[in-house]
Amino acid sequence: MALAKRIIPCLDVDKGRVVKGVNFVGIRDAGDPVEIAKRYNDQGADEITFLDITASHEGRETTVHMVEAIAEQVFIPLTVGGGIRELEDIRRMLNAGADKVSINSAAVYNPDFVKAASDKFGAQCIVVAIDAKQVGDNHWEIFTHGGRKLTGINAVEWAVKMAQFGAGEILLTSMDRDGVKSGFDLGVTRAIADAVNIPVIASGGVGNLDHLVDGVKLGHADAVLAASIFHFGEYTVQQAKQHMAAAGIEMRLD
Amino acid sequence: MSRKVCAVIDYGMGNLHSAHGALQTVAPDTQVVVTGDPDVIRRADHVVLPGVGAIRDCMAEIRRLGIDQVVAEVKKTKPLLGICVGLQAMLEHSEENGGVDGMGLFPGKVAFFGRDLKEQGESLKVPHMGWNTVAQVAHPLWHGIADHSRFYFVHSYYVQAKNPDHIKGHGHYGVDFAAALGEDNVFAVQFHPEKSHHAGLALLKNFLAWDGQA
Repeated sequence: MALAKRIIPCLDVDKGRVVKGVNFVGIRDAGDPVEIAKRYNDQGADEITFLDITASHEGRETTVHMVEAIAEQVFIPLTVGGGIRELEDIRRMLNAGADKVSINSAAVYNPDFVKAASDKFGAQCIVVAIDAKQVGDNHWEIFTHGGRKLTGINAVEWAVKMAQFGAGEILLTSMDRDGVKSGFDLGVTRAIADAVNIPVIASGGVGNLDHLVDGVKLGHADAVLAASIFHFGEYTVQQAKQHMAAAGIEMRLD
Repeated sequence: MSRKVCAVIDYGMGNLHSAHGALQTVAPDTQVVVTGDPDVIRRADHVVLPGVGAIRDCMAEIRRLGIDQVVAEVKKTKPLLGICVGLQAMLEHSEENGGVDGMGLFPGKVAFFGRDLKEQGESLKVPHMGWNTVAQVAHPLWHGIADHSRFYFVHSYYVQAKNPDHIKGHGHYGVDFAAALGEDNVFAVQFHPEKSHHAGLALLKNFLAWDGQA
């Protein structure tokens, strides 16, 4: 018996509502984040991640209330990412009931922010999100702004630096694979997972359950994150866990 | 008969919605209150000491608000549940933040997993984050929970209990550590029952049904 690998469904939220198609059978109001979080919880999700794409300040308040409502009813870890720029943003999300926050662009602009956040709130709740894009053989660079801005920063070196700065976990998304459904970019996943001594969550590109297995076995990821394969009812989280367990991966099945 | 009250001690270290929600869910008839008021805590039937973040800040607030004295009082008379840093704060000392003294309810210390943690030659990531098994030692709080059930852990420091009789749950991650400690009215866990789905909720339910007699 050992620590289980994790499956993390990811939801995009805008002003406290889940956006982008989520289409469970039996849920009429597909945008209700509490309903959706409960459903994934019931299916055995090990954690749930919310990516807040709310642009306005007022809208962010609604997201805080959403996190409060979910934390009162869903008893697995919750991560909120998107728009985390200041210590106060982190405090609000943690106070609302988030267990972790994910920092993306703000880390790139100001790496010391990760240090300050980790020192203040503890490494265990600081996830650094890395959007990586392949720019050459065994060479990946990080992007900001949803993949629009190339930074010239080597992704593997960046991950190592973020771990040194106090990140508790890395959420690695391959910009080449995101939405493509051809599987994780196992090259960058493995390069980063082997280079850092903190957990790495693989994200971007999951199209079937074998991709999840590959992310752990070949990519050396500690957790796998997926969105669309669960949202559209192709697979339940439980099916995914059973599949990974059958492939010999330690999973929580109870 | 008035409703039973469970006080979740609020000392400003965040994220008590989950603990509140989970306790209220398993015991709808109990009044679960989140409070830092020593009088409310003293009057409660059950007391929960949660904790997240760094131990230095937690202990500073615990001392500043006099929570350490309240805890020392209530543990003599009513069931007390420590969670995560709430457990770690009950030891004598923690290595975190350059060394911080705890409340000393249990002899022993809190040590860093280290940067070279290994299992059969394979490097382990720190923090220990995710769902791991707990080998139970008979105690009323495990009632109805299968031995070796998985609970959600997230910690970089682990408890080394001096008295093996205090260990009520064994965890293992590169090293053996105390996943649960207990003595008399006190039970304290390293994992987060409020984040551990069915098994965690069952433990919280057992706690609220417990009269403190092991």
